[in-house]
Amino acid sequence: MNITELNQIAETVRQKKSEFKKCVYVCTGAGCISSGSLETLDAMKKAVKESGHEKDADIRPAGCMGPCVQGPLVKIIPEDKMYQKVVPENVKTILDKSLLADEVISSLLLFSEKGEGGFSKAADNPYYRKQNKIVLENCGSINPESIEDYISIGGYSALYKVLTSMSSEDVISEIKESGIRGRGGAGYPTAMKWKFVHDHASAEKYVICNGDEGDPGAFMDRSVLEGDPHRVIEGLAIAGYAMGAKQGYLYVRAEYPLAIKRFDTAIKQARKLGLLGEKIFETDFSFNVDIRVGAGAFVCGEETALMASIEGKRGVPSPRPPYPAESGLWGKPTAINNVETLANIAPIIQRGGKWFSAIGSRKSTGTKVFALTGTVNHTGLIEVPMGMTMREIIFDIGGGIPGGKKFKAAQTGGPSGGCIPEQYLDTPVDYDSLTGLGSIMGSGGLIVMDETSCMVDVARFFMEFCMDESCGKCVPCRVGTKHMYDFLTRICEGEAAMSDLEQLKQLAPFVRDTSLCGLGVTAPNPLLSTLRYFHDEYIAHITQKRCPAGVCKMTSGVGHVH
Amino acid sequence: MSTKYSVTIDGKTVEAGPKQTILDVCKTAGVDIMTLCYLEGVSNVGACRLCLVEVEGTQKLLPACTTTVAPNQKIQTNTDKLKQYRKMTLELFFSERNHICSVCVANNNCQLQNLAREAGVDHIRFPYIFPEAHTDASHKEFMMDHNRCILCTRCVRVCDEVEGAHTWDVMGRGYQSRIISDFDQPWGDSSTCTSCGKCVEVCPVGALWPKDAMLGHLKKSPEMVTELVHKRKHRS
Repeated sequence: MNITELNQIAETVRQKKSEFKKCVYVCTGAGCISSGSLETLDAMKKAVKESGHEKDADIRPAGCMGPCVQGPLVKIIPEDKMYQKVVPENVKTILDKSLLADEVISSLLLFSEKGEGGFSKAADNPYYRKQNKIVLENCGSINPESIEDYISIGGYSALYKVLTSMSSEDVISEIKESGIRGRGGAGYPTAMKWKFVHDHASAEKYVICNGDEGDPGAFMDRSVLEGDPHRVIEGLAIAGYAMGAKQGYLYVRAEYPLAIKRFDTAIKQARKLGLLGEKIFETDFSFNVDIRVGAGAFVCGEETALMASIEGKRGVPSPRPPYPAESGLWGKPTAINNVETLANIAPIIQRGGKWFSAIGSRKSTGTKVFALTGTVNHTGLIEVPMGMTMREIIFDIGGGIPGGKKFKAAQTGGPSGGCIPEQYLDTPVDYDSLTGLGSIMGSGGLIVMDETSCMVDVARFFMEFCMDESCGKCVPCRVGTKHMYDFLTRICEGEAAMSDLEQLKQLAPFVRDTSLCGLGVTAPNPLLSTLRYFHDEYIAHITQKRCPAGVCKMTSGVGHVH
Repeated sequence: MSTKYSVTIDGKTVEAGPKQTILDVCKTAGVDIMTLCYLEGVSNVGACRLCLVEVEGTQKLLPACTTTVAPNQKIQTNTDKLKQYRKMTLELFFSERNHICSVCVANNNCQLQNLAREAGVDHIRFPYIFPEAHTDASHKEFMMDHNRCILCTRCVRVCDEVEGAHTWDVMGRGYQSRIISDFDQPWGDSSTCTSCGKCVEVCPVGALWPKDAMLGHLKKSPEMVTELVHKRKHRS
């Protein structure tokens, strides 16, 4: 493979696409598939074929388009019409009105039933207008199972640029200029991580893509892997070049079969075209990627446990230091980057670190993908510039709280994060602001809760998750999460005394300070943050045996009284 | 070429070499550090969290057994916070399974008991979990009582790293983790166990013991494994 051949592939696809008057993208992300998008895709293809318009309309599968709750989603290009809940019965109408003619079917427009429709052009919809898609820019507009599609929109040209005109130091300094911080949640500067591995003398190094996303309600990495797998492979290859690694791994959870399948397809396609393997782009750089599938343990998202799992051992963490950059996979220097981080690499190389650093806020550059879930109107996947306020995310993009209910809190960072109450809705969403509020940016799970949520119950839910997912290696996490869960359960059942709350308050900082890995260290966060903002609710459960939100069933006392 | 450098432990300047762990340096310097999962001669896992120390410049508490020293490091081993946390850690061990010293074969010869005494644990502030745990008497010479196991994994490491049999491993996760032999078979049915008894010698509590041991008369010698490893290493 050389640049002429790459350009040839791109040109062929573009040429082919330009022959069609219209292009229809049907979302085949896991969310839309579960609401029947594959049937819609088939019906669409069949309708076009049977009506003899195969040469007019190009029907293509695509990755996640965002508002998953409105699926199956269908996008029509070039008008940029977005239709929602498209079932096979709608296909004939779409064909007649929007493909063969230029009419808009207003009843099918995105969010039409919520009285927010009327945007015949999807980009005008506030839902999209406020977003800034970098990571997700190709999701929904290319076929994730076609490497040619990816190449046609400039795919693998960043890798070419890196291999033919940049030194490894150049790459790292470009990444440094972008200011990108790890999207897995901790926000460690990516360039610094890469530099540590780059500077290590070892001849054998590894780069790992962490796709073990496990926070309840989070599906950012999944959608990127399903919707634009080549972007991640390109990011991995660039990372490999920058650090001197010849082998990359995608560590992905077994619960994501579609992501695994599409990534596997992508690897095979890239190998076939020589974009992975020996002497890529006729340079001396050789690089390969393999998939390692997890076995359902949340803790394997923790980097030392992840590496143990790749090595075939029981997935338990080890103390750091030594950090993976020094002694990682099989004792070799290893860089572990999140899926979203790696998906940002190719655009940074193509458009420059400076361009990237101008997006977002000063200390948190770029964008962040969030999986917006819970009691919010527009459930789905969004990407916003860092520094946007929580209020804009939830009310402008998310469409607010359904049923006229009142917003109560938003949980970021899943079981490792905390809640953000109403008074902080105008805080900019970036790494440091969220940490200041006692939460974390996390990997991008954003759960919105309304007034019908009991915050003690929420804390108990996340504690149960941590207790179940604790690997059991160190005692503070293994036993501490169990005790904290038991205390929280007693509070929720109206069986607790104030002394139980005191013990909880002793245990939480202890578990945070003494646990071996991030799971235990952050497990008390949901408890600590609900204690900080909703202390009254704990007191009501304990002293009045009353759940203010009416969620907890009290085994003693009156219960359910508002 | 001198590669020695100095570090400060509890205000005292001591000499240390590269790749030495904080625990090694403390031992040489005569500073007592509480350990439980640590066993000289097998790999260190940093799991019991009793050897945590404070290191200037980091907010994280670091396990002395797995952290290597760095030049000019200032280490604190006995702050009020550490003392308090060690006590809580020990209490969590006692609350986890069914530790009833009075009927335990290791009574008065138990490392957990000794550490609790040393740390001044006079009661357990947390509720006992009282899990349902079993004993395995299928082995002809030894007993395994999960009620008393603290999951330090000394047995697992000794069996794997010193004896080379890897009979023991850990199953399950969180507070439901437990030690298993082979693929969770009765110990007596194990096809890999060589009955060498090293796991029994290194078990710091009364979870593993020889069947002929009388209540309160059990004597274990974890040092035997340390010496064995030392002798093997220096065999000419």
